[in-house]
Amino acid sequence: MYRIDFNKLRFLICDDNPHMRRILRTLLHSFGAREAYEAEDGATALEMYSHYVPDIVITDWAMPIFDGLELAQMIRQPDSKGNPYAPIIMLTGHSEKRRVTVARDAGVTEFLAKPISAKGLYQRILNVVANPRPFIKTKTYFGPDRRRNTNNAYIGPERRVGGEMEVLQQPSLLDKARTSV
Amino acid sequence: MAKEKPGSLQIKSFADHHVITQPNPLRKVLLRVPESDLDDPVGRAEKALAGLSGEFKNWMTIEADRLSAAHAAILGDGFASDNREELFRAAHDIKGDAATFGFPSAGAAAESLCRIIEHAPDLDEVPASLITHHINAIQAIVRERTKLDTTVMASALSRQLRGVADEFLVKVNRDRPEHLEAILAPSIVPAE
Repeated sequence: MYRIDFNKLRFLICDDNPHMRRILRTLLHSFGAREAYEAEDGATALEMYSHYVPDIVITDWAMPIFDGLELAQMIRQPDSKGNPYAPIIMLTGHSEKRRVTVARDAGVTEFLAKPISAKGLYQRILNVVANPRPFIKTKTYFGPDRRRNTNNAYIGPERRVGGEMEVLQQPSLLDKARTSV
Repeated sequence: MAKEKPGSLQIKSFADHHVITQPNPLRKVLLRVPESDLDDPVGRAEKALAGLSGEFKNWMTIEADRLSAAHAAILGDGFASDNREELFRAAHDIKGDAATFGFPSAGAAAESLCRIIEHAPDLDEVPASLITHHINAIQAIVRERTKLDTTVMASALSRQLRGVADEFLVKVNRDRPEHLEAILAPSIVPAE
């Protein structure tokens, strides 16, 4: 079975609430992470993102200056000099389905609704580490493949065109890794 | 840290989109361990979180006071943009944090307040008592938690507030279908 070597991962935490940052830091350190940088607003987070080049970003949604959604959109600039592919986990008090859709369309990789739990956070991190999705670039979107269901029979709106669907995912390690949780 | 090498992207182009893959840059942090491995990172984290729990009551009091301060600013200056944003953020933080801190009913009351702020067409037209009752309820739930029987009362209080708030929101949004849909949509978080 597999487990994550957290001490090789660098995290960027972005949350304006100091109590939530403390909780996140505590959880990540308990998982074994040693490097967890913290920002209290989106603008600072973007600067730290460029400076520290984190492997995984964990961000709140509602924040001053610019929020977690805008942060995700700024990271997901395909022509930026920084890394536009880093996994972004949106950890938020928003708990409406439409918010999940909005976050997904901004390029967020995983959505985790508060209240936070150690298991929920670990599973999201495991997902982005063990089962990365290919990125899709269209005129209006750049981010992780929003379709987790690869059913060829889908005929609804917003079907991509361009010939036979190709699924280019890498071999999944998720199922094996899950057995370690 | 675990980084991909530049130039390792594979791009497949289609009529209206590109599919971009890269070797998993985080692959090297996945370690194969024997089945007998007893490491339990989730359990370890839960223990660490429990170790913080002695601070939760104090944190919750700080959050509730921040909400009251935001409300006081509104009573003084009205719903100027900054005041509205601060009230929403303070309530939203409580909505997200309170259950973790052991105050789920305060979280439920804060969620109800967030819905009012988010979906009322004009906050100046919201009965002042509706907002005040939410603030007072959250303060009461946080400060009276240690007394007997307050858990059941807190839960009943937050449910009642939510009922009144929803009734108000449905009424004032009857001609705004997008808000009505959002108000009536179920939460993705399981109920308390």
